Amino acid sequence: MTDKKMSDLDVTETPHEAEMGDYFSLLKPRVMSLVVFTALVGLVVAPVPTHPFIAFVAILCIAVGAGASGALNMWWDADIDRVMRRTRNRPIPSGRVQPGEALGLGLALSAFSVVMLGLATNLLAAGLLAFTIFFYAVIYSMWLKRSTPQNIVIGGAAGAFPPMVGWAAATGAISVESALMFALIFMWTPPHFWALALFVKSDYGDAGVPMLTETHGRPATRRHIFVYTLVLIPVALALGFTSIGGPIYLAVSVAMNLWFLAAVIKLSRRDEDAAAADAYLAERRVFKISLYYLFLHFGALLVEAALHANGFGSL
Amino acid sequence: MAIKVEHELHGRRRGRNLWLGAILLAFVAMVFGLTVVKVQNGQGAALQGYDHAVQVTLEPAPATDGETTTEPAQ
Repeated sequence: MTDKKMSDLDVTETPHEAEMGDYFSLLKPRVMSLVVFTALVGLVVAPVPTHPFIAFVAILCIAVGAGASGALNMWWDADIDRVMRRTRNRPIPSGRVQPGEALGLGLALSAFSVVMLGLATNLLAAGLLAFTIFFYAVIYSMWLKRSTPQNIVIGGAAGAFPPMVGWAAATGAISVESALMFALIFMWTPPHFWALALFVKSDYGDAGVPMLTETHGRPATRRHIFVYTLVLIPVALALGFTSIGGPIYLAVSVAMNLWFLAAVIKLSRRDEDAAAADAYLAERRVFKISLYYLFLHFGALLVEAALHANGFGSL
Repeated sequence: MAIKVEHELHGRRRGRNLWLGAILLAFVAMVFGLTVVKVQNGQGAALQGYDHAVQVTLEPAPATDGETTTEPAQ
């Protein structure tokens, strides 16, 4: 036995115990807010009405599922998060949360969200949510992120699933409309993130993450943004001709696409010297417009749904 | 050094426990609400076989003139 007395014990010797806010930040609340919005639109614009309480539970489950995949991502990426300035203060690299806690929380919330969504709505929605979590945590985080500069492109699918899950929760099916909502976010993600990558001085290279700006260079990234924007435009417009579209959506979509395309053309035509001269103004502009772009497209779908519900038909 | 009755750690733990309690209560309320909504929406019929006992309302109606029917008995 040691001679240590109770009075000698110091609770500060124990590892740091996390606060609730630390666990909450594991769930990436900012990403979660986008997921909630797009999933809500997918659920509300669906032709089958959903009881408000069931809709609330469905959105909550989708949000928790997204948060769970965020926790699993932070658990897996703790090593590179320690290296990068932007992520150094996340709960695991800063030591506030133990890696095992993040893994346990991620797995438990994943199971909880999938089972509860299945019970509240249907098995298809639950299956899609499970696949989304798997896609983000395993396909993106564990595989693609560190192996290919196209990581943002394919990994973007994880962020594109929520409206499809919302639609499936209401209808129990997958349709052209939900597939196009998926495609809209999927095609929007690369220009959005690459514009950010152009003006944010990242240290992905130090962390061994192949970002397009570093593997193929900045001029190639500008060309990629332009090409992906050209593919994005018809997808966004096509949604306007489905049962959930309409004249308001089309008007918003045409205006936003013209605005976005003009900004992207300006970005793709200039070189690094010109960008550095005005502190990446055009790149920041594309990033900012891309945020409005997605929000207004999905917002227009909500407006169309409200009009349809009040007797105004689609095209 | 005397043992401190209260330490900053205890406050943090208390906060965490209160949050956990609130989350568990919310979960209970959510399951209760879901049950009420499901039963009110007529999806409660599917719950009748929960105890593996014969449920009269789920039994098929007696066959007439050699045909069978899947309609439940009234």
